[in-house]
Amino acid sequence: MAGKIATRNAYGETLVELAEKYPELVVLDADLSGSTMTKFFAAAYPQRFFNCGIAECNMAGIAAGMAADGLKPFINSFAMFSTGRIYEQIRNSIAYPHLNVKVVGSHGGVSVGEDGATHQCIEDFALMRAIPGMLVCCPCDGNEMRLAVRALMDYEGPAYLRLQRLATEVFTDELEGYSFTLGKGSVLKDGSDVSIIATGLMVSKALQAAEILEAEGIHARIINIHTLKPLDDELVLKAARETGCIVTSEEHSIIGGLGSAVSELLIEKCPVPVVRHGVNDEFGRSGTAAAVLDYFDLTPEGIVRKAKYALSLKK
Amino acid sequence: MAKLYGKDLQLMAARARLLAVDAVHTAASGHPGGSLSCMDIVTALYFNEMKVEPANPRWKDRDRFVLSKGHCAPALYSVLALRGYFPVGDLKLLRSIEGHISGHPDMQHVPGVDMSTGSLGQGLSTAVGMALAAKLKAQDHRCYALCGDGEVEEGQIWEAAMAAAKWHLDNLCVFVDVNGLQIDGRTADVMPSEPLDKKFEAFNWNVIKIDGHDFDQILSALDSARSFKGAPTAILASTVKGKGVSFMEGQAGWHGKAPNDEQFAQAKAELEAKIKELEGN
Repeated sequence: MAGKIATRNAYGETLVELAEKYPELVVLDADLSGSTMTKFFAAAYPQRFFNCGIAECNMAGIAAGMAADGLKPFINSFAMFSTGRIYEQIRNSIAYPHLNVKVVGSHGGVSVGEDGATHQCIEDFALMRAIPGMLVCCPCDGNEMRLAVRALMDYEGPAYLRLQRLATEVFTDELEGYSFTLGKGSVLKDGSDVSIIATGLMVSKALQAAEILEAEGIHARIINIHTLKPLDDELVLKAARETGCIVTSEEHSIIGGLGSAVSELLIEKCPVPVVRHGVNDEFGRSGTAAAVLDYFDLTPEGIVRKAKYALSLKK
Repeated sequence: MAKLYGKDLQLMAARARLLAVDAVHTAASGHPGGSLSCMDIVTALYFNEMKVEPANPRWKDRDRFVLSKGHCAPALYSVLALRGYFPVGDLKLLRSIEGHISGHPDMQHVPGVDMSTGSLGQGLSTAVGMALAAKLKAQDHRCYALCGDGEVEEGQIWEAAMAAAKWHLDNLCVFVDVNGLQIDGRTADVMPSEPLDKKFEAFNWNVIKIDGHDFDQILSALDSARSFKGAPTAILASTVKGKGVSFMEGQAGWHGKAPNDEQFAQAKAELEAKIKELEGN
C-alpha cells in the first residue's frame, strides 16, 4: 500500500507534473484553490492559473472561450457548484459546441462530511451523464486519479472528473495487471455468484465486501468502473450473463448515476436483477465523513446486504 | 476586401436587413426585432473593423466576434453570408431541418461563427476567455461581443465584466444594443438595467455612448476602443428595435415573431426602397 491520499491531492499534483509537457494546459478556479488543490498549479504556474472569484458560471464561459482558441482548460470548484450551479453553462457553452474543457468537481458525494447537504453533491453523475457527448469519470484512488488526469489531457472533448475530499488508501497500484483506459472498466476480483460494480470511494469498500461474502461462500465479482460514460457495455453485459445478478455501488444518488447507467444498459440487452446501492432519494447531512458514510450505509456491510438481496432475486 | 465606410456601409446593412427579414419570413419563425436593431453594428464590424478571412474562417489571427444575444442570429448570418462565408442562398434554410443554419449561432456548423450562443448571459464570458487566451499567447487579434440591454439582466454578464477588468482585457470590446425593449415589454418596466454607463464604469470599464445607427459614431467608437489601453471597452449603442421596417420599429411584439406574407411584402418594399435610394446616390 502506498498510504493514504485524497484524489483531490493526487489531481492537484498531477496537473503540476503535466504542465511542462502540455503548454496549452490552463487551470481555472473559483476561489477554492486551497480545497480543490489547484493551489499547487497556481504556485508553480501563476501565469496559467486564473482565479475567477466566486463566479462559477463565468468561469465556465471563460474556459469555453479559451478552448475555442486551442487551450486545454480545467475548471474547478466543489462538485455541487461545478456541475449543479453551472449545469446550463456546461451544457450550452461547453458541451454543445463540443469544446475541450475539463469540468472538475472536487468534494463529490456525502464524504464531504461536516459541511452538510448544501455541499454534498450526489447528483453530479446524473447531471453530467445527461449531457450529450460528455465523458464522466470518477477514479477510485490516488493512483487511478493520476492516470485519469493524464488520459484526460489527451482526450479531446468535454469531460467531467469527480474528486474526493477524503484521504483514502491507495490500492490500485498494487493490483496485479491493473491498467487504466478511459471508457474501460476492470475486474478487480473474479466471481460467479454476483457482480458488484462500483465507482470512486465505493470500489475499495466493494473489495472488502467481497471478502465478507467469500467467507460465507458467496463468490462476488468486483468491477471497477471509473468511466461512467461512455460505460464499458461489454464488461457489464459479460458480468450480467455470467453472474446473473448485479449490485451497483456509488457515493451518489441511486437516481441517475452508475446504477442508472448499468440498469439502462441491462434492461435493454440482458435483463437480470440489478440492485442499486447509493444514497436513496434524500439529501446528505452533517457529520464526520465516516459517520455520514455509515449513516447512509455506504459501507462494506451495506454492499453485502445489497448483494444478498440481489442473490435472492436471481432465481 | 477594402473596408467600407459611410454610405457603402449603410447600403450593406440595408441589404443585410432585407436578407434577415426574408429569412425569418421564410422560416416562419425567428427574431427580427433585435436582429434589425443590431444590424448596423454587426455590419460595421465585419465590413470595416474586423480582420477576417472568410475563405479561412478558422484563421488563428482573425478578430473574434461573439453574438452573446444569440437569438439575433439572422443579423449575424446575413452579414456573414454577404461577407462571403457561405452562399446568401443558404439563408433560405434558416431554422430548417435541412442545411446548417440553426436557430441560434452554431460554431460547429456555420462558417464564420466563432462561438455557439443562444442562452443569454453566457457569450460575454466566452469572449473574455478568448481575450484572455490571446493575451496568454501574446496574439494581437481583438475580441468583440454584442449583448442586448435585456440580456444584461443576467448576473453572469456582470461576473464577466468584473473578470474582464481584473485582467485588463483591452483587447475586448463589447457592444450593448440598447433598444429599450425585451420580450415582455419595456426593459425599464421588466427589469430596469440603466444606468448602464455608470454600471460599466463602476466595473472599471472604458465606456462610450453612441447612436447605434450612425456609422460615423460606430467607427469612431471602435477606433477609440482599439487605442484605449489597460481596460476593456463597452460601447453602449442606442438603437431602435426593428430598425428599418416601419411597423416593427419600437415594438416589443416583433421580438420573436415572423412577419406574415402581407407584412413581409411591406417590409420588403420598404427595405428595397432604402436600398434603391442608397444605390442611387
